[in-house]
Amino acid sequence: MNSTPLKMVVIVAEPVLETRLVAELRELGAKGFSILEGRGEGSRHAHATDLPGSNVRIETIVGEDVADRIMAHMSEHYFAHYSFIAYVIDVAVARGEKYI
Amino acid sequence: MNEILRVNLLSPIALAFVLGVLARVIRSEFSLPKEIYQGLSIYLLWSLGLHGGVELAHATLSEIARPAVVTLLIGCLTPISAYLTLRYLGRFGEADSAGIAAHYGSVSAVTFIAASTFVKGMGAEPEGFMPTLLTLLESPGIHIALAIGVLRSGSKSRPTSELLHEVLTGRTMVLLVGGLIVGFLIGDKNWTVIEPFYDTKGAIFRGALCIFMLEMGLLAGSRLGDLKKVGPFLLAFGMIMPLIHGALGAWLGSVAGLSVGGATMLAAMAASASYIAAPPAVRMTLPDANPTYYLTLSLAITFPFNVLVGIPIYFTIAQMAHGVA
Repeated sequence: MNSTPLKMVVIVAEPVLETRLVAELRELGAKGFSILEGRGEGSRHAHATDLPGSNVRIETIVGEDVADRIMAHMSEHYFAHYSFIAYVIDVAVARGEKYI
Repeated sequence: MNEILRVNLLSPIALAFVLGVLARVIRSEFSLPKEIYQGLSIYLLWSLGLHGGVELAHATLSEIARPAVVTLLIGCLTPISAYLTLRYLGRFGEADSAGIAAHYGSVSAVTFIAASTFVKGMGAEPEGFMPTLLTLLESPGIHIALAIGVLRSGSKSRPTSELLHEVLTGRTMVLLVGGLIVGFLIGDKNWTVIEPFYDTKGAIFRGALCIFMLEMGLLAGSRLGDLKKVGPFLLAFGMIMPLIHGALGAWLGSVAGLSVGGATMLAAMAASASYIAAPPAVRMTLPDANPTYYLTLSLAITFPFNVLVGIPIYFTIAQMAHGVA
């Protein structure tokens, strides 16, 4: 089966940011996303779980240019102030046209 | 006064809270499932709104006008006094001062419910429209404090409309305001049918509140370790600020014509610090404010202080203001 190489951007963030992040991902060109809830602790020692609610992990599969835009946007607006992780993984997907 | 304190400390509500704290201290695996906690908070707020709405239908505009004005005045004063104290006496940064002030400007609905149960237990029936005052006090404090923080720290803010939407459409507001309207509309005949379940003086309501207080104890208990991080100034602030705001509320409430029970409840509202509506709003708008400060203050210091000793003190002040103590 033919597969298309694309990028998956993964964001792990505080629950208060979910609505805002989803809106911004759409604006930056993501066609869709998945959201999972989870627990964890990072360099800020459970800082993110101080507020009620679970951390959210948002995944979106996009083309390379959109992935770059998302990473630039996130580093500009979130890294300094929030418990926030963002990374990009190479993925190979079927039906690649769905994502770009 | 000592007798009132003793009665309050031995009430099922206070002891349920203490048990929750102890469960955390001894590291028990006990926890309340999130769904039960949320379900109970929906029940408590919805009952409060409904019952308040039924009583509101019996009130006249002239009865409620002065207490409403005084409530809005308190809503404007408490965030400013908290901000000034933290900024200039405590020398905290702009974001932390304004972030904490937003919590003290807003209201803790559970403190309100605890105060309501306390005064009814003391035989000082409060005015039926108290939940209406709670909804008036919920929002201005948060907005004033956040506005101070945004203006003075130059923080990149979100649009005001977004923040307003978040605070005005939160769970507390929908259930309380919605309940008030529904209660107002249904009339006494319909109310009689559902009263045993929603009566805020009834056994079901008070029993549910006890379970809820267990969870409040667990939440406060899990923050005890953070007490060391907040330092002596904030520890003192978390108890003295509520006393000042509470005394102001009891006095202004009495001046505005509220009964001893009503003035005590207004005092408890003024003294309380929000921990449902304010934290996410502050986190989003003033991200530089340290959540450990504001969450520990409102949950582990001010909430237990008000529920265990504050409310009986405000009751005594309200009695003095009425010349009955």
